[in-house]
Amino acid sequence: MMTATSTASGNKVLDREFFEIRHTILALAASLDRLERAGGGSDDDRRRRLLREGLDVLGSDAPNKAERVQLAFSREYDPAWRSKFGL
Amino acid sequence: MEYIDPHIHMVSRTTDDYETLAKMGCVAMSEPAFWAGFDRGSAECFRDYFRQLTEFEPKRAAQFGIRHYTWLCINAKEAENVGLSREVIALIPEFLDHPNVLGIGEIGLNKNTPNESTIFLEHVDLAVRHRQQMLIHTPHLEDKYQGTRMIVDMLAGDSRVERGRVLIDHVEEHTIRLVRESGFWAGMTLYPVTKCTPQRAVDMIEMFGPERLMVNSAGDWGPSKPTAVPDLIFEMRRRGHPESLIRRVVYENPLAFFAQSANFRFTPRA
Repeated sequence: MMTATSTASGNKVLDREFFEIRHTILALAASLDRLERAGGGSDDDRRRRLLREGLDVLGSDAPNKAERVQLAFSREYDPAWRSKFGL
Repeated sequence: MEYIDPHIHMVSRTTDDYETLAKMGCVAMSEPAFWAGFDRGSAECFRDYFRQLTEFEPKRAAQFGIRHYTWLCINAKEAENVGLSREVIALIPEFLDHPNVLGIGEIGLNKNTPNESTIFLEHVDLAVRHRQQMLIHTPHLEDKYQGTRMIVDMLAGDSRVERGRVLIDHVEEHTIRLVRESGFWAGMTLYPVTKCTPQRAVDMIEMFGPERLMVNSAGDWGPSKPTAVPDLIFEMRRRGHPESLIRRVVYENPLAFFAQSANFRFTPRA
């Protein structure tokens, strides 16, 4: 949701942040290379699946990527938790 | 720019930090009770801690022209010990009339357990019975979304709770909407690795607006940066936001929230 408080146009954001974004992508790529060189971890390690889900969000065209990455890394909420806790 | 840090743990910081914060523009701060890094052995340890928060820290802050306020509770980590928690809750009322006490906090959840939930509800009851404001911690990382939903459930389940007098802290992209749309104040914590960067906090201000929104450093004994709020001010200026919007987030909003506390007294600088 964009609001009036956002003052930067897309080009201004690129002017301001292109090198920061490039730096972040490179750091992420290097981290993934490091993981791959080390064998990638166990097949059943859920963290591998979480990383894949996070990367899928980054590669999509849908908005609110930060929120969707956060949700991908979150435990599930059970609306019936109070009755299960006896509260 | 003058600013207020609504969540910082100065008992863990040096007197030099007070001086630095004053030089950076900090005029007031509030310090919720929290975990010391180890589990305390008795309620008497908390009595000493509450004396530190209500007697010693305000004097240390005053040396640098900073007003120090505080919130009292047993934190979520130690709330796993229900017996100790109830002893601590029982001694809190004797401190509530102290002039720098704003309310009950930082209560909340850590691992979202039944014991934590039980003690959270008992803190809420204490706050409501004494007409205290609340400052609420939400869990870190993968527990945050679930824990924030549980906290909102518990608050919404008590019709006595005045939502405009409750701050739910450490919101991030996936919890800010729920907190604000439920009628609570939201706090964004600028904290390395586990919480929010100044850049992401400014993104959320741009996306959601400044209504019922605050920003804090949560500076403590771990990796943290007590001068994080000035970092946010700098980032907002870098993006061209007006001074009036910056001031609203870092000064006027905390004042408006704190002013709902019966003990709150503050004289703006001339």
